[in-house]
Amino acid sequence: MTDGPLDLPPAPWPGRRHLTMAIGSVLLGLVVVASALAPALTAYDPLKPSFAQRLAPPWGFGGTAAHVLGTDNLGRDILARLLHGGRASLALAVSAVVIAAVVGVVVGLLASWGGEGTDAVIMRVADVQLAFPVIMLAIALVAVIGTNPVALVGVLALSGWVLYARTVRAHVLTIRRLEFIEAAHALGATDLRLVLRHVLPNTVAPILVIGSSQFATMVLLESGLSFLGMGIQAPQPSWGLMLSEGRDYLSNAWWLATAPGVMISLVVLGANLLGDGLRDLLDPHLG
Amino acid sequence: MRVYVLRRLAQSALTLLGVSILVFVILRVLPGNPARMLLPEGAPESAVEELNRQLGLREPLLVQYGLFLRSVVRGDFGQSFQYRAPALTVVLERLPATIHLSLVAMLFTVGVGVSLGILAAVRRGTRYDVAGMILAVLGQSLPNFWLGIMLILFFGVALRWLPTSGFSGWTSLILPGITLAAFPTALVARLTRSSMLEILHRDYIRTGRAKGLAERRVVLHHALRNAAIPVLTVLGLQIGALLGGAVITESVFAWPGMGKLIVDAIFFRDFPVVQTVLILSATVFVAINLIVDLLYTVIDPRIRYS
Repeated sequence: MTDGPLDLPPAPWPGRRHLTMAIGSVLLGLVVVASALAPALTAYDPLKPSFAQRLAPPWGFGGTAAHVLGTDNLGRDILARLLHGGRASLALAVSAVVIAAVVGVVVGLLASWGGEGTDAVIMRVADVQLAFPVIMLAIALVAVIGTNPVALVGVLALSGWVLYARTVRAHVLTIRRLEFIEAAHALGATDLRLVLRHVLPNTVAPILVIGSSQFATMVLLESGLSFLGMGIQAPQPSWGLMLSEGRDYLSNAWWLATAPGVMISLVVLGANLLGDGLRDLLDPHLG
Repeated sequence: MRVYVLRRLAQSALTLLGVSILVFVILRVLPGNPARMLLPEGAPESAVEELNRQLGLREPLLVQYGLFLRSVVRGDFGQSFQYRAPALTVVLERLPATIHLSLVAMLFTVGVGVSLGILAAVRRGTRYDVAGMILAVLGQSLPNFWLGIMLILFFGVALRWLPTSGFSGWTSLILPGITLAAFPTALVARLTRSSMLEILHRDYIRTGRAKGLAERRVVLHHALRNAAIPVLTVLGLQIGALLGGAVITESVFAWPGMGKLIVDAIFFRDFPVVQTVLILSATVFVAINLIVDLLYTVIDPRIRYS
């Protein structure tokens, strides 16, 4: 008897994974392109207050097309602030994901190839870091080393490397027993060559999957930090900071807190869908 | 079994030792002048000197760490100057509020997440499945600080149904509870679904159906019990995430717990309190995961560690 899903209905939509990926890429792509083109798309200065225009409602809610998403408590155009804020948030998140991935992959390779002692030490260090709630560790670090962009990227990357290290390690431990590695070894390949030419390419799929969903986590973490006042600092626009400023105007200007949340959700949703689709496509066993 | 328990205990102890090292590095080594940081701003030079001497900050790092570890093990986390009381007392006073909130969120996560997951798995491919999974993807994508604010806007400001900040009776728990639970609920729903789907086509389920068991019994008794194991692991890990989520949720709802405490402490530069919250939450996390690991052997008799 095979263990095939004989008594189950067929999978819901055969094209689902492509659909999820497509929706994810479109959502993410839209926000990325709009943020990148911010100076071309909006004529307003995201920093300059204009008190005559304070708290103008969005277009269609009593506002005018001049400020499509309305203005904030200092009369700044919300759309302009959203798009300019997106540039900072997205750049920080991308840099953090790349650094975390590089560090994590190198550490993961070291753990799986560097002997038992190295492995034990690295995995214990990972355990220690995972024992802290990410945001607590992040705010403590930011409080000590400051909120400049370099420090922020460092803190974000620090929170992300463990995931890659563990995945690469687990992956390599399975691959290294396979015959093609033995064959390469028998042919006289050095350890370095084995790792770079034969092992690393086989870990690309899981790394891509993690990277794409981690991008979502990084955007959330950065906007969470900015929301708490420990990320990007005023008057610079940032989605988390705009949300937190909008909190004081909930009863008379709901759009202040609503718009930035929609942006964050779109990016996170897009990256999550992309990650899910990639996972189904590249490695059904990743779970 | 006993060997496994002992090894697991040793591992947890080692992790906690690492936790103390990391906290020591962040709060004592990274800042150039820790005594200045540990004291309120504008503290006189004599106070800095006094603290330097007391904490042994002129000693080599290893000696400093030894002194730090000794005081932490004794439960002496320093004085909170914001509250003018021992930092540990300050933190422990806030702990029950966070535990209440986390319990509500946990109940919601297990109740709603597991039910949604079972429903989606049993009705695979139907609109229940699709609706449930869309909800789950949304739950994982809405930032909890925004979800909290939107709940306040809707139920507090517009409808005026529920209290939106501070603590005034059990209704105060509803909005922050949902906010905190949204992410883990979505995660648990998706995990329960995939775990159930995997179990539902096992041979013993077919056997159960073939011998005429009620579908309800097959699903809830035979399938769910086995599908629960990976869900339990994730729930254990999610307790750490709840403590993290509490930082933001408590700040949004002005909830008087540990999460809001650490944020306030950072703004007041009350580092003794920061260090206490860090060490305490890591300890809670390590302890819970130890318990979860040991519970496996009870839930799943097949797991026997030698």
